[in-house]
Amino acid sequence: MNVLDFVTIVLTGAGLVFFIAGTAGLLRFPDTHSRLHALTKADNLGLGLIALGLAFQSGSLYVIVKLALIWALAILAAATTSQLIARVALPAELRRQRGKNGLKSGSENETR
Amino acid sequence: MSAWYLALAAILLVTIAGALIRVHRGPGPADRMMSAQLIGTGGVAVILLLAASDDDWAKLDVALVLALLAAFASVAFVKAASGDGLGDPESDADGDAER
Repeated sequence: MNVLDFVTIVLTGAGLVFFIAGTAGLLRFPDTHSRLHALTKADNLGLGLIALGLAFQSGSLYVIVKLALIWALAILAAATTSQLIARVALPAELRRQRGKNGLKSGSENETR
Repeated sequence: MSAWYLALAAILLVTIAGALIRVHRGPGPADRMMSAQLIGTGGVAVILLLAASDDDWAKLDVALVLALLAAFASVAFVKAASGDGLGDPESDADGDAER
């Protein structure tokens, strides 16, 4: 095993750890927005580490640029869609909290 | 080296399967859509590993398309979830506060 293989194994293994952390956060965190926070950051860091680790194995500039482009697309998509999903989830989240706190703070808003 | 990639891809698939638990539990549609996003990101990583495992780098195009479609799926969800279908959640939030 040469040095490049070792670097690849370390980086892809670290990427897997971040993917597991992202899934654990998605399953364990208490509300929608903290789950979104765990998902979008940890997973894309894991994907970046795996892409970086594989870049050491490809040996051609074309493949390396393509790996970088895939990661860039994933990051841009995650940044955009996490903002959109967070804004969609906000009204439902507020309604759920209002229900949990009883009707003392939100009762005047619930006249419909 | 190929065995390492395949083992990694298998563990990654199990991790992605964990997202299905969140799809089952919910509670809201946004939580379920986040699981779909996780499956998209994890699927891209699995395809990258498969491409490396048999040195067939043409599979990177599949990963690129999957990343694009995962992004479009989330945008489509947001457009469908907003009341007027225009995809502006802020207008719905204001309407919810006034009602």
